[in-house]
Amino acid sequence: MRIGVVTFPGTLDDRDAARAVKYAGAEAVSLWHGDADLKGVDAVILPGGFSYGDYLRCGAISRFAPVMTEIIAQANKGMPVLGICNGFQVLCEAHLLPGALTRNHELHFLCRDQTLKIENTTSAWTSNFTKGQEIVIPLKNGEGSFQCDDETLKSLEDNNRIIIRYVGENPNGSRNLIAGITNERGNVVGLMPHPEHAIDSLTGPSTDGLPFFISVLTALVGK
Amino acid sequence: MGKIVVDVMLKPEILDPQGKAVAAALPRLGFSFATDVRQGKRFEITVDGDVTPAQIAEVEKAAEVLLANPVIETFTVRAE
Repeated sequence: MRIGVVTFPGTLDDRDAARAVKYAGAEAVSLWHGDADLKGVDAVILPGGFSYGDYLRCGAISRFAPVMTEIIAQANKGMPVLGICNGFQVLCEAHLLPGALTRNHELHFLCRDQTLKIENTTSAWTSNFTKGQEIVIPLKNGEGSFQCDDETLKSLEDNNRIIIRYVGENPNGSRNLIAGITNERGNVVGLMPHPEHAIDSLTGPSTDGLPFFISVLTALVGK
Repeated sequence: MGKIVVDVMLKPEILDPQGKAVAAALPRLGFSFATDVRQGKRFEITVDGDVTPAQIAEVEKAAEVLLANPVIETFTVRAE
């Protein structure tokens, strides 16, 4: 299995994402934002960081990068795509996922180990979890408050499209404690917290992030 | 040279933490007039010659896809 990891100017977490892919047992393939070429990968990860310096809005400029044209086309055909943090923002700007990520309600940049609850285990990136499972992985962002209109929120709730929620106090003002969502088909997932930083107890708070990367291999084998 | 101005604001129902922070700072400085503050963005776009209706229409299209995110923001376009 070959999983592409995209690097935009200002991406920070591409190396950790590639490392997580290797830990899961797949080959990580570097994809460059300026190349409209996915190198035949089976799935794609849009990692965290500050692509284009977060200018205009987070993810607003990256969304028009040449590599995104290909990713949007393939995602619409069912290819698994995971956006983490800035990657989630890019997926929302690209309209692959609904809603938007806005400034944290207390304005602070947050960086901490966050407890979360897995709500959906049917997406391409969450099948190796059990429903209701609590995990602890790092959360680090300034604009992680998930916002959408009431109709979209109801549709996300009614159709089991909320992947993961914050446990305890709402860290950033996200509606309904949403930390991650999926599209209708379940192949595109956006997460605010960072599973790629929690794959080895030597370098992270837990190994709770690893099942996201193993899940996609299960999904690809099952295809 | 003509100028086209695009004002972008968060929709009223979207929380604006920056506006709230400004609203909280004003009374600390002795300014007691504000009951609410919303913060937005302003783009000034320079074009050759006088602004034409066609250019305004083009900028409206650009605002829809790039300058504003219609999920959370509204915008207005005008010649100045």
